[in-house]
Amino acid sequence: MSRILSKIHLSKDVFQMKLQAPNIARERKAGQFVILQADSDYTERIPLTIADADAEEGSITIIFQVVGKTTLNLALMNEGDVIENVLGPLGQPTHIENFGTVVCVGGGIGVAPLHPIAQAMKDAGNRVITIVGARTKELLILEDEMRAIADEFIVCTDDGSYGRKDLVTKPLQEICESEKPDVAVVIGPPVMMKFCAETTRPYGIKTYASLNTIMVDGTGMCGGCRVTVGNETKFVCVDGPEFDAHLVDFDTMMLRLTSFKTIEQKSNHECHLEKAIEKL
Amino acid sequence: MTYIPAEKLEQEAKELLDKLDFDKMKPRERMQIPMQEMPSQEPAVRAKNIEEVALGYYEEQVKIEAERCLQCKNAPCIKGCPVGINIPGFLKAAAEGDYQKSVDIIKESSMLPAICGRVCPQETQCMELCTVGKGLKDKDKSVAIGRVERFVADWERETGKMSLPEIAPATGKKVGIVGSGPAGLTAAADIRKAGHEVVLFEAFHKLGGVMVYGIPEFRLPKAILDKEVENLLSMGVKIEKNFLVGRTRKLSDLLEKDGYDALFIGTGAGLPNFMNIEGENLVGVFSANEFLTRANLMKAYTPDKADTPIYTGKKTAVIGGGNVAMDAARMALRVGAEEVYVIYRRTEKEMPARREEVVHAQEEGIHFNFLTNPKRVISDGKGHVAGIECLRYELGEPDDSGRRRPVAIEGSEFVLEMDSVIMALGNSSNPLISQTAKEISVNKWGNITVDEDGKTSMDRVYAGGDIVLGAATVILAMGEGRRAAESINKLLASE
Ligand SMILES: Cc1cc2nc3c(=O)[nH]c(=O)nc-3n(C[C@H](O)[C@H](O)[C@H](O)COP(=O)(O)OP(=O)(O)OC[C@H]3O[C@@H](n4cnc5c(N)ncnc54)[C@H](O)[C@@H]3O)c2cc1C
Ligand SMILES: Cc1cc2nc3c(=O)[nH]c(=O)nc-3n(C[C@H](O)[C@H](O)[C@H](O)COP(=O)(O)OP(=O)(O)OC[C@H]3O[C@@H](n4cnc5c(N)ncnc54)[C@H](O)[C@@H]3O)c2cc1C
Ligand code: SF4
Ligand code: FES
Repeated sequence: MSRILSKIHLSKDVFQMKLQAPNIARERKAGQFVILQADSDYTERIPLTIADADAEEGSITIIFQVVGKTTLNLALMNEGDVIENVLGPLGQPTHIENFGTVVCVGGGIGVAPLHPIAQAMKDAGNRVITIVGARTKELLILEDEMRAIADEFIVCTDDGSYGRKDLVTKPLQEICESEKPDVAVVIGPPVMMKFCAETTRPYGIKTYASLNTIMVDGTGMCGGCRVTVGNETKFVCVDGPEFDAHLVDFDTMMLRLTSFKTIEQKSNHECHLEKAIEKL
Repeated sequence: MTYIPAEKLEQEAKELLDKLDFDKMKPRERMQIPMQEMPSQEPAVRAKNIEEVALGYYEEQVKIEAERCLQCKNAPCIKGCPVGINIPGFLKAAAEGDYQKSVDIIKESSMLPAICGRVCPQETQCMELCTVGKGLKDKDKSVAIGRVERFVADWERETGKMSLPEIAPATGKKVGIVGSGPAGLTAAADIRKAGHEVVLFEAFHKLGGVMVYGIPEFRLPKAILDKEVENLLSMGVKIEKNFLVGRTRKLSDLLEKDGYDALFIGTGAGLPNFMNIEGENLVGVFSANEFLTRANLMKAYTPDKADTPIYTGKKTAVIGGGNVAMDAARMALRVGAEEVYVIYRRTEKEMPARREEVVHAQEEGIHFNFLTNPKRVISDGKGHVAGIECLRYELGEPDDSGRRRPVAIEGSEFVLEMDSVIMALGNSSNPLISQTAKEISVNKWGNITVDEDGKTSMDRVYAGGDIVLGAATVILAMGEGRRAAESINKLLASE
C-alpha cells in the first residue's frame, strides 16, 4: 500500500506524484521502474519509471502522462489517497560510469525517466549534454531540473513555440559531428528512439534506449514485454528496460504496442478521456 | 468418456447403492463395481461461463467409489503419491461416512487437499499403480482417489469445521519464504507450526502462485485457494505482497540486515518459452502465461468490470499439449474465440495434460491437430497474425523422456488460418534470484540446485518447487516445501 504524499499538475496531461514507498526508495537505482495498480480487483497493472526517490523520507516520485483509462484514473486520485499495489524497483539499473561525454536525449514524457539517469551520469563525473524535445512549449516537463544538471542544454519544439524548431535528431546529429560524445541515452516515444538510433549509428556512438513495452507482471513471467534485440527475444522487464538502441527492432516493438488498441480505444471512449482531462 | 448429465449420475448411484451389499463382497466382485463418473456442467453451457466445470461427487457416489478400494495390504497407490498419503486409510473412513477422519488422514501428509483433489495428475501417480486399475487393465478405471479426496476436503470447508494446526510456542527465530505458490505456502505452514515467525514475500498482489494466475477459475475456484490462504493467516504467518525478492530486497540483506535466520525460495518457473520461429512477435501471439494472467489474475473474463484488456481472436491456435495448453485453449473459448485449435506435435497418447482435462476440452468443442507443429507465424501484411504454417510429423524412436520422438515430414507444409496464437510450450526458470545472489548455484537450465535437505549453495537458504524441479506439479512443489521446512526447522532447533 502506498499513500500519495503529493500531486502536482506538471503540464497539460502530465502529473507528478510522490508516493510513500520506503522499501522501493531504499533500493532503487537510476533506470528502474515500478508497476502499480490502484486496487487488487479489477484495475490494470501499469509500469512507470521512478523519476526520483528520497530514501530518508521513504518516498518515490512518478511522473506520468494521461493516455488511457488507467493513467486517467491515477490522475484523478489525490494527496492522501492510497494506491493498493506498488511493486518495485524493477528492471536492470542503468549502467553508470564515467564515460566522458554523455548526450541525454528526452522526448515528451521520456524526460521523466531520463532525469535520474542524467543526474547519475553527472554524479559519475561525465560531461552531460541534454537535448529535450516536446511537441509544443506547454508539453515540456522538468526543464529547470534538467537544465540544472546539464553542462549543455538544448530545447526543441515541433512547432517552434520554444527553443529550436527542430526534431531532437537535428541537434543530436550536430553534436555527433562536433563533440563525438562517448555514449548517448535516448528516451521517448519509440519512433523518436528509432530515429535517434539511426542518427548515432553512422558515428558508432554507443546508444542506449529505454523501452516502454506493454507489461503485465514485470517479473519475467508473462513474456508480454518481449522485444527483438539483435535477433534475440528479450524481456524488457528483466533484461531491460535499457538496450543497445542499434540492435533493437523498433518496428516490431511499435507494432506490438498497438496490440490492444481497439479494445483500449473503446474503454477510453467510454471514460471520455479528453473531457475528463480538461476538468482536472 | 462421454458427457452424462449430473442428475443421471446421481440417480444411477442411488440405484446402485441400494443393490450393493459391500459387507459380503469378495475382491473380485468389488472390482466389478463401476467407477463413478464425475458430474460436470453441460459442455455447451460451461464453454461460455467461468464456473467450475467438475461439480464434485454426490454423497452416494463417494460411498460407492470409496468402497471400490480393495484395502490392499501393500497399498501400491501410496508409492505413487509424491507425499505418501495414507490412501486406503482415508478411503476407508470416507466409505464409513466419517469424512472428518478421512480428511484428517489426508492432512497428515498434504496441506491442500481441496486443491490436490482437483488438479493432481492422479492417473500418472496413485491411480497408475492401483490394484483395481491393474486388474481391469485400465488405469482410468482405478479407484478415483482424487475425486474422493476432493469431496472430503470440500465437505470440511463447507461445513465450516476446518481445524487449525497447533502452533509451538514462539522460538524467537524468523524465516522468510519467497513466493506463495504451493511450495511456499506449504513451507510457511510447516515452519510456522514449529513456533518460528514466518514472513511470506510475494511479488504479485494475490497469493497462490500459478494456482491463482495460471490455473483457471473453471478448474480451481479462487475461493478455495483464498480459504487456504486465510488459514495460513490465522496461523500467524505474515504476508508481504508486492515484494520482489532480489529487487525490493536482496537475499543477503534479508539475512544480514533484516534478521532472518533462514530463507526458503519457492519462486516457481517463470520465463515462458517460445519457439524462435518467424513471426512470433506479431500482434496476436501470446505466451500462455500472459494470456492466462490477463484472464485469471486480472479477471479479464469480466470485460464489463476489468480494465485489463484481453485479445479475443475469432480463430485461436494453442501450441502445446500440457495442462497449460488445455487451460489456455479452454479459456480462449470462454473469453470469446469462436474456434480453438490445439496444435501438438505428438499424438493424443503422449499428451502430458491430465486425461480429464483433455476430455473436457474435447467435449467443449476444442479441435485437436495432432502430429502437427508450426514452422512460422504468417502476417496479414499489417503486422497481425493471419495464420500459421505447419509441418506434419510422425513418431520416431523413443527419446530420453521415453516417449516416441516427433519427426517432421519434409515437404508437408500446410497453412491454418488463425487470428491469434497462444504459445504453451512450458517455462524456463526465472533468473532473477540467481542474477541478484551470485552465491546461489543453478544448473544449465537455470534451476536452483539443492542437496537432499533442500538446501542451496548459499548458507541458510533453501529452495523447492518448480524453481528446483523445472515445471512440475502442485503436489511435487508441496512435497519440496515440506522437505525444506523440515530441514529449516531442524537447523533452527539445533541452534
Ligand atoms: C519500463 C516502463 C516505464 C514507463 N515509464 C513511464 C513514465 O515514467 N511515465 C509515463 O507516463 N509512462 C511511462 N510508461 C508508459 C506507461 O506504462 C503507459 O502509458 C500506461 O501503461 C498506459 O496505460 P493506460 O491504461 O492509461 O492507457 P491505455 O489506454 O491502456 O494504453 C495507451 C497506450 O499505452 C501503452 N500501454 C498500455 N498498457 C500498457 C502496459 N500495461 N504497460 C505498458 N504500456 C502500456 C500502449 O501503447 C497503449 O496503446 C512506461 C512504460 C514502461 C514499460
Ligand atoms: C496453466 C497451468 C496449469 C497447470 N495445471 C496443473 C495441474 O493441473 N496439476 C498440477 O499438479 N500442476 C499444474 N501446473 C503446474 C503447477 O501449477 C506448478 O508446478 C506449481 O504451481 C509450482 O509451484 P511453486 O510453488 O514452485 O511455484 P509457483 O506456483 O510458480 O509460485 C511462485 C510464486 O512466487 C512468486 N515469485 C517469483 N519470484 C519471486 C520473487 N523474486 N520474490 C517474491 N515472489 C516471487 C511468483 O509471483 C509466484 O506467485 C500448472 C501450471 C500452469 C502454468
Ligand atoms: S491400490 Fe487401489 S485398491 Fe489398493 S489400496 Fe490403493 S486405492 Fe485401494
Ligand atoms: S512484463 Fe511479463 S515478462 Fe515482462
